[in-house]
Amino acid sequence: MDFKSNKPIYLQIVDFCFQKILLKEWQEDDRIPSVRELGSLLQVNPNTAMRAFEYMQAADIIYLKRGTGYYVQKGAIKQVLRLQKDEFFENVLPETFESMKLLDISIDEVIKRYKKYKN
Amino acid sequence: MINITNLSFNYKNNLPIFKNVSFSMKNGIYGLLGENGVGKTTLLHIISGLRFPKNGNCRVFNYESAQRTPAMLSQLYFLPDEFHTPSMSIGSYAKYNAVFYPHFSKEQFNSYLNEFQVDGDKNMMEMSFGQRKKAMIAFALALNTPIVLLDEPTNGLDIPSKAQFRSILSSLFTEDKCVIISTHQVRDLENLIDPIIILDQNQVLINNTVEEITQKLYFSRTPSKPQDALYTEQILQGYSSVQINEIQQESTLNIEVLFNAAISNKAKMRELFNA
Repeated sequence: MDFKSNKPIYLQIVDFCFQKILLKEWQEDDRIPSVRELGSLLQVNPNTAMRAFEYMQAADIIYLKRGTGYYVQKGAIKQVLRLQKDEFFENVLPETFESMKLLDISIDEVIKRYKKYKN
Repeated sequence: MINITNLSFNYKNNLPIFKNVSFSMKNGIYGLLGENGVGKTTLLHIISGLRFPKNGNCRVFNYESAQRTPAMLSQLYFLPDEFHTPSMSIGSYAKYNAVFYPHFSKEQFNSYLNEFQVDGDKNMMEMSFGQRKKAMIAFALALNTPIVLLDEPTNGLDIPSKAQFRSILSSLFTEDKCVIISTHQVRDLENLIDPIIILDQNQVLINNTVEEITQKLYFSRTPSKPQDALYTEQILQGYSSVQINEIQQESTLNIEVLFNAAISNKAKMRELFNA
């Protein structure tokens, strides 16, 4: 599995699961793979996989049914979109701003391109 | 599970390998790292009772490992980097040797052989080094001993086998297991090994979980060189650095960079991690 270098691995596993949910490969109230199965699939330490599950449970994306496993929470897609939007504004956009500064690109120039892209 | 106290060991009198070293290992998939000749294999030998401490002791489940009691030996398996295999198939080998290990699972053994695509009935003398290694890894992991010592397990494994090895190891790990993997191939095992032990001449520099390490150290990749970095190396995208994690930022451990940082700042590492 190809992991990026700057983001904690457990959060990259969370992103992997988010994608499954957004693509509807995992639907509401579906049982998702176990910690062990996902750890094995992604070839990571089971503790790292566990941390990703704990994160998603705390964020109301998945829930635990005792003895049977983890399931996709109702309204998970909306929640995933909200979290990913937050991440875009907190992490992705600042990086873009950084590049703009480095390359001396003005915001007007970006707006111009954005309008062109929209059409 | 493994307790080492005041261990001293040397091959030659004036060249100590370990000098009054104490540390312990609990459950986890330990990555045992260190430069060539620093004593990684020696440590595995001492834990498995193949070599005896000159001073101090090494206890495995409260058994003195040097006494090689059957009760201890049945709970531990050591797979060396290079080994001699008898002229027989891994299937027969398992039949004669698995009896010493009460938790051996024939099903797991067959499924690992299958995953590695190793013929359980083929004479190991007619196999390539990599095939033999995979056969022995399948055997070692199917024994289900609480302690597994693997010396450079990914040496000789082809590309798909390395991924299968990681996958199997991740799937069979349980809270009551202590797997110790000595390796130079950190990229083969990145994201799998946790905790990490870094051995240095006569000493243990780091013996911490990934979480503990990333709490104290911050790993970054930046276009410009950060100030007051403990260690920096030039990479294609700019600089890969290690800093003291003062503001408790989360980052991804880069084992290679950690290793280089550790051996170039030994005193600082000891201060950070042995306090």
